[in-house]
Amino acid sequence: MYTKEMLESIKKVEANRVANAELEPRRMTAEEKETLLKTYHPDYKTDEFRVLSVGPNKGEKVPTELAALLQGKSRINTADIDLSKVDYDVDVLVIGGGGAGSSAAIEAHEAGANVMIVTKLRIGDANTMMAEGGIQAADKPNDSPAIHYLDAFGGGHFAAKPELLYTLVNEAPEAIKWLNDLGVEFDKTEDGTMVTTHGGGTSRKRMHAAKDYSGAEIMRTLRDEVLNRNIPVVDFTAAIELILDENGNAAGAVLLNMETEEILIARAKTVVIATGGAGRMHYQGFPTSNHYGATADGLVIAYRAGAKLLYADTLQYHPTGAAFPEQIFGALVTEKVRSLGAKLINVNGEAFMHPLETRDVSAASIIRECSDRNNGVDTGSGKGVWLDTPMIEMKGGEGTIEKRIPAMLRMFEKYGIDIRKEPILVYPTLHYQNGGLDITKDCMTTNIKNLFAAGEVVGGIHGRNRLMGNSLLDIIVFGRNAGKNAAAAAKNTTVGNLTLNHVDEFAKEAEEYCSGAVSPMLLPDYRNK
Amino acid sequence: MAEMVNVFLFGKKYSVPSNLTIMRAMEYAGYSLVRGCGCRNGFCGACATVYRIKGDRELKVCLACQTKVEENMYVATLPFFPLVKQVYDINEIKPTEQIMMQLYPEIYSCIGCNACTKSCTQGLNVMQYIAYAQRGEYEKCAEESFDCVMCGVCSSRCPAGISHPQVGLLARRLNGKYLAPKSEHLEARVQEIKDGTFEELLENLMQKPVSEMKELYNNREIEK
Repeated sequence: MYTKEMLESIKKVEANRVANAELEPRRMTAEEKETLLKTYHPDYKTDEFRVLSVGPNKGEKVPTELAALLQGKSRINTADIDLSKVDYDVDVLVIGGGGAGSSAAIEAHEAGANVMIVTKLRIGDANTMMAEGGIQAADKPNDSPAIHYLDAFGGGHFAAKPELLYTLVNEAPEAIKWLNDLGVEFDKTEDGTMVTTHGGGTSRKRMHAAKDYSGAEIMRTLRDEVLNRNIPVVDFTAAIELILDENGNAAGAVLLNMETEEILIARAKTVVIATGGAGRMHYQGFPTSNHYGATADGLVIAYRAGAKLLYADTLQYHPTGAAFPEQIFGALVTEKVRSLGAKLINVNGEAFMHPLETRDVSAASIIRECSDRNNGVDTGSGKGVWLDTPMIEMKGGEGTIEKRIPAMLRMFEKYGIDIRKEPILVYPTLHYQNGGLDITKDCMTTNIKNLFAAGEVVGGIHGRNRLMGNSLLDIIVFGRNAGKNAAAAAKNTTVGNLTLNHVDEFAKEAEEYCSGAVSPMLLPDYRNK
Repeated sequence: MAEMVNVFLFGKKYSVPSNLTIMRAMEYAGYSLVRGCGCRNGFCGACATVYRIKGDRELKVCLACQTKVEENMYVATLPFFPLVKQVYDINEIKPTEQIMMQLYPEIYSCIGCNACTKSCTQGLNVMQYIAYAQRGEYEKCAEESFDCVMCGVCSSRCPAGISHPQVGLLARRLNGKYLAPKSEHLEARVQEIKDGTFEELLENLMQKPVSEMKELYNNREIEK
């Protein structure tokens, strides 16, 4: 499978493997990291960003592609929409069928609310399903929520909203217990001790996992639970605008059947946005590890309704996307591969960095190795560095890979690469939206009443960079809280007259800046490519 | 430019680059996918696909996002398959042999044809995990079915009408909740948090100026 040049380089990787495996590369100092990020991290490429001219974040910069959608054209002509003809009338409307949306729906149902999920693909078609490595929680005796807080706060460049991070870390063990009680399997030893590992930037081993199907195991269980509760799931139906009531409170959504293009109206006492991330926007031309529907829809419809964004200018590029073969370009190679002992090696066989720096630092370091330092391996479509997977079995013994990361073994096996014997090529891939909707600790957006948000669509929980395993955690913790709070708020809410005036008002204000792009995007267009 | 091959999408012929996956080939040909496309990465099971190479008798199955096109490949996607999903309360059921009998009695009609195993897009031993489920060996069933992406191809091939992915899922939930050992350290920590053990520590951290937090972060001890 590998080219002649790659095989030449592999010889150097093999020759140094024993020495590299034993080496504990020095961790970078705070100053080194800062310089590295400023020089090589994509978030610092100023010409890839644009300042917003309208809306609550006017004057702030966001990725150029996102700006075009935020200031884009609505999919509807409001005059054509009859808000008096309500197709769905519920207490709590959950938009998005991933981990956060499903958790919210389960808790809202538990609280007695009449709850419904709408999702533009199927329930479970979400980044949650693709999360491989694990979920953090400080539940070991040598660990504590306070240590977890410090790791995440520092890893996020001291920018997280403290009250959100407090909730994340202090409710983490309960989130794991809730999942386990629902029947989610976790890797455990015979006495029930959770098998935990490090992630980039953790100071304690607190990464819980279900092999390298952690997100899939969580998602399929949550989906099963939603179905067991007979919570209505309206699938292949996208929310394309939020509906407010005359008091400016969230009161439903305009829905679009993705197959028949029928427009439907959902009225709700409270709305939970759980639409996930934006990898399919391919910011700066990066490939992505995200699922097909990750197109920032929630940011767009909420922004148009007046919700504020926080840190929308910061994205996470996962350091180890597959760089070869081309068919899996950009697919996620879980950080757990490094947690288990594989190191990052350049074309000359040198371990050029500590394998468990935070993701932004690791990604920037790989980009440096492949650009200015010219130590990358030619992949045919770009550059990459080696992730020396055979080190895992040297460290953990034969069979470790099959037992702990079977999905990775399978992914490369399909292309004739045995990761137990050969290293793999990696390069950063667009992975996670650090920023998103600004929320209070009750999961309500800061400036639209009865509009709740949870999951990747939220900004501020992690600051400007997220640690591995804190996203599966946040969708559960904040998904559940959003569901409980939305159900409670629904009890005290009487919906006023429905309106879409905000859509027209926004369009008027945005007219001279409008790129012509129609938004939300809903799905990427890969035709004829 | 890669070499081109002929593929037949739902019977219609298209010429596409040979290095593409079936999913990418459909898009290259001009399809705008809504159904049959989810994670594009082999985890969600949305893109179950059947195909036959012209002249071959054997009908093959795969995930469209994980399989490269071949010359003279006849492709039909299976974006939805009506699996039977029984509704139950996970807190009420118990991991007894009877529960499978109650919820999925058709598993006892398995005729041992092994079509499920032969058709699994993940290469799992499906018939074996159904056998474990029949015997109430849920731990083994959970382990054997663990990598299932619930694409439903096995069920489409089953003469007994078994919904294998749902059986595996039930076994995993029973195993995860009831059979796997309890984590005492987790229970203890949850109790400590309920007792408010960490509140003061955390509130203390929340109030510290960033300079002090930087100092703490940059000098924190990292477990080996």
